[in-house]
Amino acid sequence: MQLSTELFKPLEQKVVQTELVRPSTTYWQDAWRRLKQNPAAMVSLAVIILIVLLAIFGPMFSPYTYSEQDFSRRNQGPSAEHWFGTDGLGRDLFTRVLYGARISLSIGFVASLVTIFGMLYGGISGFAGGWLDNAMMRFVDIMYSIPFLLWVILMMVYLKEILPQNAGLISMYLALGLVYWLPMARIVRGQILSLKEQEFVLAAYTIGASKKRILMRHLIPNCMGPVIVTATLTIPQAIFTEAFLSFIGLGVSAPRASWGMLASDALVSLKSFPHLLFFPSAAICITLLAFNFLGDGLRDALDPKMRK
Amino acid sequence: MFNYLARRIFYAFVALLVVVTVTFLFMHIIPGGPFQREKALPEAVKANIEARYNLDEPLYRQYLDYLGHLAKGDLGPSYKYRGRTVNDIIDERFPVSMQLGGVAIAIALLIGVPAGILAALKQNKIPDYSVMFFSTIGIAMPSFVIGTILMYFLAYRWGLLPAAMWGTPRQVIMPAIALAGAPTAFIARLTRSSMLDVLGQDYMKTAVAKGLPQTRVLWLHGVKNAIIPVVTYMGPLLAQILTGSFIVENIFAVPGLGKHFVTSIYNRDYTVILGVTVFYCVFLILANLLVDLAYPLLDPRIKLGGRKELV
Amino acid sequence: MEHLLQVRDLEVQFSTYAGVVQAVRGINFDVSSGEVVALVGESGCGKSVTAQSIMRLIPSPPGKISGGSIMFNNEDILKKTERQMRKIRGNTIGMIFQDPMTFLNPVLTIATQVTENLVLHKGMSESQAKKRAVNLFELVGIPEPEARLKQYPHQFSGGMRQRVMIAMALACEPKLLIADEPTTALDVTIQAQIMELLKEIKQRLNTAIILITHDLGVVAGIADRVLVMYAGQIVESGTIDEIMKSPSHPYTWGLLKSIPRLDMDRSKKLTPIWGQPPDLLQQFTGCPFAPRCDYAMGICTQKIPPDFGQTKVRCWLRHPQAPAVRLKREVL
Repeated sequence: MQLSTELFKPLEQKVVQTELVRPSTTYWQDAWRRLKQNPAAMVSLAVIILIVLLAIFGPMFSPYTYSEQDFSRRNQGPSAEHWFGTDGLGRDLFTRVLYGARISLSIGFVASLVTIFGMLYGGISGFAGGWLDNAMMRFVDIMYSIPFLLWVILMMVYLKEILPQNAGLISMYLALGLVYWLPMARIVRGQILSLKEQEFVLAAYTIGASKKRILMRHLIPNCMGPVIVTATLTIPQAIFTEAFLSFIGLGVSAPRASWGMLASDALVSLKSFPHLLFFPSAAICITLLAFNFLGDGLRDALDPKMRK
Repeated sequence: MFNYLARRIFYAFVALLVVVTVTFLFMHIIPGGPFQREKALPEAVKANIEARYNLDEPLYRQYLDYLGHLAKGDLGPSYKYRGRTVNDIIDERFPVSMQLGGVAIAIALLIGVPAGILAALKQNKIPDYSVMFFSTIGIAMPSFVIGTILMYFLAYRWGLLPAAMWGTPRQVIMPAIALAGAPTAFIARLTRSSMLDVLGQDYMKTAVAKGLPQTRVLWLHGVKNAIIPVVTYMGPLLAQILTGSFIVENIFAVPGLGKHFVTSIYNRDYTVILGVTVFYCVFLILANLLVDLAYPLLDPRIKLGGRKELV
Repeated sequence: MEHLLQVRDLEVQFSTYAGVVQAVRGINFDVSSGEVVALVGESGCGKSVTAQSIMRLIPSPPGKISGGSIMFNNEDILKKTERQMRKIRGNTIGMIFQDPMTFLNPVLTIATQVTENLVLHKGMSESQAKKRAVNLFELVGIPEPEARLKQYPHQFSGGMRQRVMIAMALACEPKLLIADEPTTALDVTIQAQIMELLKEIKQRLNTAIILITHDLGVVAGIADRVLVMYAGQIVESGTIDEIMKSPSHPYTWGLLKSIPRLDMDRSKKLTPIWGQPPDLLQQFTGCPFAPRCDYAMGICTQKIPPDFGQTKVRCWLRHPQAPAVRLKREVL
């Protein structure tokens, strides 16, 4: 077919196609964007913030203290004056649950602080390699051969023996601190081991970076994803452990009110006064769920393989 | 393969030794430990303790005695109950716990694994969301919450099941479910993610390209690979069931070892606490060893990893 | 004479979160019995998708064969049910994949993996299938076949694994073998061995082979015909001589020029094809290669060129009104 000869003149300029580039985002911006898209995680974040605020400020606004007893009002169900009702000694349950929040959250907080030690332990072990790594990990393995709970129980029995009566909380911090650095140590070590072999580390060495610098500036920041996820997921584990301990009588002592204690006290009267069990249990469950959802969401958001 | 076995056994033994030594030190050396205190003990028990533990002897002799006793399986007398030894208590109560634990493990596997497979096959559809939802709840709800809710509704409100105690099959149901809650959830998730991983693998494409029927591709090629991480979880699973039994047996008044362990904590029955702890640890370490031994049977890369025969 | 495989106007698309990607945009080709056809192109040009479409292996969400027809053995592949397809796969059409490590199941013995489709498609018993497997191993050059059958994939080296894949694909004596980049994951000396093996298979068994590769060097020794693909279309097709000695499409020229030669002047730079392949989310106005083409004309950015001539060159340069192009090129 005949076409206009104009069309067959060579093009003056070649249209050079630019590379398909998306607007560049940093790892953290990308992760935050992904996290925002996860409804369960965002709701959980809001719930956690709410709980923290309630725990810190709530008791100030309550007309009752956690130990105030009023025998005329024992075992009442929820009402206008006592939102969660009262317990067997006439204490306001709502206030006690709020105090319980303080205890549980502080335990979660301490446990995740302890993971910092785990991070350093694992970092050094993984980075050093060789016999030091072996020795350090042997120790971790041996600790792992017994369920954490048993370690914690033994520790608590011992501490309760030697520390004064009302040091239950401190004992718990110590006992949990004994074990909750272990998972973080393993995870960080694993990360460091795999990162160590990658080429950017070799590149850093060749431009003369010192070992310490490589560890602190290159390796550990690259672990931050799993570190954050692990730290977040340690919190509900610690809270659960505390509830567990209180349930079997190794927790904080009366009249302090941890959620586990409240639940265990309520067990005897479950048939007649279920509200005593219901509210602390609900508090535990909601908190654990929130942290778990948030942790899961963080894990998905921070997973570099899922970058689109 | 031998190498692998030998190393696992060796480390298991070392772990055992450490546990035993720690418990020994705890009892005898640490200031404030049970044998330092001047407690008002019933005469009979005190005599028992002294005869048994030779508290006048130098420490290393006590340690060797202790090891000797342990090697024979003798865990010593109870601190609180006259005339009963720790061994008696274990003999009497552990079988109950085993039954309960066994049922719980069965539930966890029989529900968890198929649920995980289903969720992986129908990813991002309703079955997947339901499995993920329930499994998150299972993980987040402590066993005592599940247990008490079950008890309140099924026993007290609706009277369908007996509230507590042990002996009839109906009494097994609620404690077993409470105990199995978290492990089932965990297994479901683990199976799901393992299955998803396997489904995305290249060798699955090869299987389809060979025209194999779907069931064969799914089970022989897929699940056989996916099940491997679940087997490695068996060790921790057992530990979870074991510790879970402390609470569940308590709530439901099941006369198992877990309940007694908790009671002995209340009572500060030291010898029982420590004896049962040692027993539990031995049990778990051995169970983990068994799992370690079973694992190579499933994954030939481990079984035959020692010899390289590349042509 | 009907061809073994006839592909007409094939279109394949994928729905992604960013839109619909047109991976294959109307391609036509034939494969005859015993013929080796090479499908050549850059990553992302649609060659693997084409091959997988022949076996209907494209995952159905998000992929879809949106148009055209595929006739194999005088039967319409696109009209078959999944069940019917399973009778064809591994039976009359076999496929060899790129990376033999990841494409073999690590927890099953080689024996199982090689005899499976024999037992399934040919109804053989286990022992019959095993015997045949031993024969296959001898054919593909694996020593000590009986012993090796009992082993697992991780105990084989890369080249050996690829031979196992080939044996697996050939088990039921397929009429057509699709080899998707069979040597890309192997090193050069092994590459040569595998290519020799494929040549032997073509000669001895008269199997038609579709060879997919981005490496023209691999093609030269074995192919009867070559199809050059770009951006989901076949831009040039011809016999191996035609393509190597008198290529007509600027893209083919680019590919041939970019191969480093032993007798090149060492001071000269290598000549790649500058630029990137086009975004397959877009519809094309004009020839998709125009932005990278040294010889582009006004019409090239306005209208998609049709096929011209014997070798079906999709290029406006073949239009009678186009200026004659003189190009310096080395003859291979």
